[in-house]
Amino acid sequence: MREGRGERIARWIVLTFLAAFVLTPLYVMVSSALKPLQDVQDYFTWFPSTLTFQAFVDMWSTVPLGNYLLNSVIVASVAAVFSVVIAVFAAFAISRYRFRGRSVFSVAVLSTQMFPGILFLLPLFLIYVNLGTAGGVDLYQTRLGLVITYLTFSLPFSIWMLAGYFDSIPRGLDEAAQVDGAGSMRTLFTVILPTAVPGIVAVTVYAFMTAWGEVLFASIMTDQDSRTLAVGLQAYSTQFQVYWNQVMAASLVVSVPVVAGFLALQRYFVAGLTAGAVK
Amino acid sequence: MTAGHPQRRVTPMQSARGSATVPVRRPMHAAPDVRQHRGSAPNAAPRRASTPAQRRRRRLRSKYLPYMLVLPAAFLEIAIHVVPMLVGVWMSLLELTQFHIQDWSTAPFVGFGNYSATLDVNSETGKALLHSFGITVLYTTLSVAISWLFGLSAAVFLQRPFRGRALLRTLFLTPYALPVYAAVITWGFLFQRDTGLVNHVLVDQLGLVDGERPFWLIGENSFWALLVVSVWRTWPFALLCITAGLQNVPTEMYEAAAIDGAGFWRRITSVTLPSLRPINQVLLLVLFLWTFNDFNTPYVLFGGSAPPEADLISIHIYNSSFSTWDFGTGSAMSVALLLFLLLVTAVYLLITNRRRIHA
Repeated sequence: MREGRGERIARWIVLTFLAAFVLTPLYVMVSSALKPLQDVQDYFTWFPSTLTFQAFVDMWSTVPLGNYLLNSVIVASVAAVFSVVIAVFAAFAISRYRFRGRSVFSVAVLSTQMFPGILFLLPLFLIYVNLGTAGGVDLYQTRLGLVITYLTFSLPFSIWMLAGYFDSIPRGLDEAAQVDGAGSMRTLFTVILPTAVPGIVAVTVYAFMTAWGEVLFASIMTDQDSRTLAVGLQAYSTQFQVYWNQVMAASLVVSVPVVAGFLALQRYFVAGLTAGAVK
Repeated sequence: MTAGHPQRRVTPMQSARGSATVPVRRPMHAAPDVRQHRGSAPNAAPRRASTPAQRRRRRLRSKYLPYMLVLPAAFLEIAIHVVPMLVGVWMSLLELTQFHIQDWSTAPFVGFGNYSATLDVNSETGKALLHSFGITVLYTTLSVAISWLFGLSAAVFLQRPFRGRALLRTLFLTPYALPVYAAVITWGFLFQRDTGLVNHVLVDQLGLVDGERPFWLIGENSFWALLVVSVWRTWPFALLCITAGLQNVPTEMYEAAAIDGAGFWRRITSVTLPSLRPINQVLLLVLFLWTFNDFNTPYVLFGGSAPPEADLISIHIYNSSFSTWDFGTGSAMSVALLLFLLLVTAVYLLITNRRRIHA
């Protein structure tokens, strides 16, 4: 099947436009991070007058970026690990067992994903505050509270994706393990998990990204000590003057790990998404 | 290899005995399996090496295993999603203003008072909510439509292999991987009146604007700024899903269409789009719900409070709850929003499923 002339021109125009659209902010982020302060305080220029890494040095002292980064790393890692572990068990049950309440569980779990976050925010805020004052359980403005909240956010989609992945693993493999005398848990750990590595990797990345990027709850549920990057990065703009080169440098630094992780694992991620979504 | 392992001996025996009713193909359907064996357990007992206590424990374990497996997930979902939702509904029936937040028991029950106050289009709050709702509908419609169109065009044009295709695909996915706040803060910089790229290009380089440099983050333009950022962040997800959907379309179908003389456009409308229908059905719904509930983009772009022209419903509820500490009204708005979304989703699924059956 040959590509027509008109089709080739259209392809060229559309892809160039989209590439420019996507690339522009990314370019500005990188180039502005390399600019000296006076460059970003004046009218915009496409290129830095001099290349400098000063912004990457200064950004740590303008706001306590180190603390924010540490909080985000801890919260996102712990939330991702627990989310995946819990999702693996739930997805295994959904994929391999028929039990009463199974369909109710799967539908309910997925539909919560679609509800407006603002709906949970007000009650959850008051519940956390009241648990702290009445029950002595400190979830409000602590990292623990954020971990629990975020891991629940990524759970529905993780379970859904993993269940789709497990479904695509032939039952024959389970049975072979059963005949060899493996119990359910042994089957899960020795047969299913090794086969589902791509799906598990994709889910881990997804759960980490969810926690790393969440803004709404972080803006209410954190204080100076537990503040994550999502809120902390905005602290630059409340300074007397906005150090845009530092803001861009900080944005770049906090983006690179997740973007690199996602793009490196992109194939698995797409495969995991496809396994869950297309069927 | 695991001879002597207590569990080893039981499983083959069970599946052999159960083979009449329980298909060997599905040996792990624990619940019916166990119930079936309970009656015949005494007969089998002497032949087993394990003690009755061990057996009972094992049987209990396999019966309740699926429940134990979903328990952590179910517990978290209930604690973080279901309970707060119910509390939210209850809160919406209380006069939960700043005077009562410390002690809920003192908050007077007002029934549907909060609803009638917020949804009354003649009142000040009702007008503001309706305005915000209208903005959100427009924003969602445009953002979803443009994102879908971008995703579809890119997916179609990336189908054919060419040099740099993998690189382009990676580039296109980057906005999706970028943390929301980093992306939106960067856009905020682009939209700065004096130091931003947008005005530099439009005013200084292209000379498209006469006179004053326009503001992008306040006033009328803020809606369009918000829309651009939203599309930038959303369309890669559409690309991702549509690409996945296109992989399931057999190449023979395109070839057959080409042999029949179908041009590019014809192949899109009669092969690509019909094959994508199941994906599109889910994709459009998900995009709609995400965009309609979008809080992060306006919150970060405008620094906490959106200008009236870009006052999306989520940020409207957020601000009217936390600026006045009137959680009862805020909850009533949230519940009304949820009911609206449920209604739209139900109608959408009803229509699209019916069309799919008739098609």
